[in-house]
Amino acid sequence: MTAAVDADTFRPESPRGSGRKALARGRWGATPALAGAASIWLSVIVLLPLAAIVWQSGKGGWPAFVKAATSTAALNAFRVTLTVAVAVTLINAVFGLLVAWVLTRDDFPGKRLIDAVIDLPFALPTIVASLVMLALYGPNSPVNLHLQHTRWGIGVALLFVTLPFVVRTVQPVLLELDREAEEAAASLGANNRVIFTRVILPSLLPALLTGAGLAFSRAIGEFGSVVLIGGAVPGETEVASQWIRTLIENDDRTGAAAISIVLLVVSFLVLFVLRAVGTRAARREEREA
Amino acid sequence: MAVTTSYGASGDQSRSVVDGKPADIVNFSVEPDVTRLVKAGKVSPEWNSDVTKGIPFGSVVSLVVRKGNPKSIKDWDDLLQPGVEVVTPSPLSSGSAKWNLLAPYASKSDGGKDQQAGLDYVTKLVGEHVKTRPGSGREATDLFLQGTGDVLISYENEAINIERQGKEVEHVNPPQTFKIENPVAVVNSSAHLDKASALKNFLFTQQGQKIWAQAGFRPVDPAVAADFAKDFPAPQKLWTIGDLGGWGSVDPALFDKENGAITTIYKKATG
Amino acid sequence: MILSPVARFVTRYLALGYVLILVAVPVGLILWRTFAPGFGAFVASITTPAALSALQVSLLVVAIVVPLNVIFGVPTALLLARKRFRGKGALQAIVDLPFAVSPVVVGVALILLWGSSGVLGFADNLGFKIIFGLPGIVLASIFVTVPFVIREVEPVLHELGTDQEEAAATLGANWWQTFWKITLPSIRWGLTYGIVLTVARTLGEYGAVIMVSSNLPGKSQTLTLLVSDRYNRGSEYGAYAISTLLMMVAVLVLVAQTVLEARRGKAKS
Repeated sequence: MTAAVDADTFRPESPRGSGRKALARGRWGATPALAGAASIWLSVIVLLPLAAIVWQSGKGGWPAFVKAATSTAALNAFRVTLTVAVAVTLINAVFGLLVAWVLTRDDFPGKRLIDAVIDLPFALPTIVASLVMLALYGPNSPVNLHLQHTRWGIGVALLFVTLPFVVRTVQPVLLELDREAEEAAASLGANNRVIFTRVILPSLLPALLTGAGLAFSRAIGEFGSVVLIGGAVPGETEVASQWIRTLIENDDRTGAAAISIVLLVVSFLVLFVLRAVGTRAARREEREA
Repeated sequence: MAVTTSYGASGDQSRSVVDGKPADIVNFSVEPDVTRLVKAGKVSPEWNSDVTKGIPFGSVVSLVVRKGNPKSIKDWDDLLQPGVEVVTPSPLSSGSAKWNLLAPYASKSDGGKDQQAGLDYVTKLVGEHVKTRPGSGREATDLFLQGTGDVLISYENEAINIERQGKEVEHVNPPQTFKIENPVAVVNSSAHLDKASALKNFLFTQQGQKIWAQAGFRPVDPAVAADFAKDFPAPQKLWTIGDLGGWGSVDPALFDKENGAITTIYKKATG
Repeated sequence: MILSPVARFVTRYLALGYVLILVAVPVGLILWRTFAPGFGAFVASITTPAALSALQVSLLVVAIVVPLNVIFGVPTALLLARKRFRGKGALQAIVDLPFAVSPVVVGVALILLWGSSGVLGFADNLGFKIIFGLPGIVLASIFVTVPFVIREVEPVLHELGTDQEEAAATLGANWWQTFWKITLPSIRWGLTYGIVLTVARTLGEYGAVIMVSSNLPGKSQTLTLLVSDRYNRGSEYGAYAISTLLMMVAVLVLVAQTVLEARRGKAKS
């Protein structure tokens, strides 16, 4: 998962002499062909299906799109999805940071095990996560916590599946943090709170925001892990992905396409905005450093 | 011979078979789901022309309540008591949902004579007492068993089934209810036509009928039905789809996707 | 930043508590419910004909998805790591796109594209079943796993640079020899990591598959579909058993990831 973060870092082209470049081009002159093949592959697999959604959503024209996206059920689904997703993202941003901190700055027996366990929600099939949550918080709960068909139930399931995102994006940055700045601040008399908020947090902000963005994006689209414990109660626990599925089952393809587009747009926007804010914060850090 | 099965909401499954989902034999909740296949050329128009009418078994619409019947639900009017939450699947995807809503409709409208009275009941029921939209009869049962709702409208055989599983429920057949008839048809594009037909025919034999009855379904063979009479009490008045004019007119009038009287009520109530 | 002993204690146990309650306890409960009736019951439940067929279908999908992702992913990674061209940013974004798409939306997209009334619906009428057939599951799985191999191989290629390949070129090797003997070995840990992620994701895909699959045991029912099928039929234990099986696979994946991380670290130094 760390690779997803690296993808965004600035990539300088390696400085080489023109002679070598010519040689390399002779061997790797396949650039246009490679680019073409990669484009075709990605287009068929990724772009075409998404284009089909856009095409279908436009079938009834703008009025049909708006009608589908603003129907009572749709608005309810969006409301439920967004409120729970925002809450979950905030909680996991805080706790994710805490867990990443403890994993990098603290040491205790079993730390390696905990570190590995963090990735479990990421490796687990979503339907298994749903069953796992239902076992503990459903009608047969051994601790008498009955969260099925409530927003708390969905919340817990989403906390489970989005836990790794923030932890894994913050951890590498925390590891590579330059301790000198902290030590300098400490020697100048700053207390821990100041060091954390003025020195550490700003350097972590880009990673934190990226992780939060990924967690949010995952949470609003999540289906498998909420399907068993949620119960799809309209207005209470029915999330957008479930409403989309119902629309397909009811043979309302245009409606399903419309809601899908809304979900995609929100997802992209959040990721885009958070990355932009993160990059700006990173650049400011570099300037001030 | 091995039989693999796929379960799902009747309407959804029917549309899927039209779209190409592989099937040799289909068993749906309601006749229109087979008619859709006839129109698509996947089932012969003669499927229900013999004396059995393509229906090897059936049931009646029943009300499932929590054990002990704490809210004393006995009849359709009890469902409209304040604070009673009813669970029933969505007629947009589920075939069993149609039977569930036809039962009170028929009894309140006196067999379709007073349409408005029937629709008024359905409006009150769906608008004020139904809060969830499970996609199929099975999903509705699951929702109810997990703790949502006070009453589940379902098939009698489903009620018997979950009672036998030991769940904390009991069922009540209202005095006026509806006869559920579930069609079975062979898909003519099947690669195993002879085996599928043999299976279909078996369903009507004494042996097959007994198996249906033992599983909680009302058999159509009168001799077998007599044997199992104590499991299947006769209601005071059993309305049938024939009383309402047959599926041919009922389905478009009440359940058409865009204009059906009941589907419009449902869509308005649930967005 | 040095934390006082109290602060350290609080942060440590707060973090541990969170992880334990959120992850370990629920997972432990499933394991308990699966193995409480005995190991024999577990084995019986995961070796029923339906379970074995589901395993077969899942593995078949993996066997198709992984090679395709490698064959197309590695060249794409090469392209993105080494070359400059117009539209590179767009290509990067497209590779990352699947991360932002809900599984249900993936299913909808494929139905709208390949379904019988979809844009390319003619394929269906020619008898080539994509939706409701294995190809649908494969396409859905590839969609969600596209980023993994590419994103794991690209940074490795980028860091390594082209020194060795250029040296091989001056010594007279052709592109295939260079690729096979120099490039491929140098990316092997990154590539393996990407493959492991791909396998895990493919085996675990549910939301997209439930939309495009006909869910017929033996033909198009994957392990995840079997879990939900068993749960819906009321056989909870059966659902727990397959879930535990899938969890074991997930644990194996995590172990493999840890081992590969260590190898990658060693390879870098």
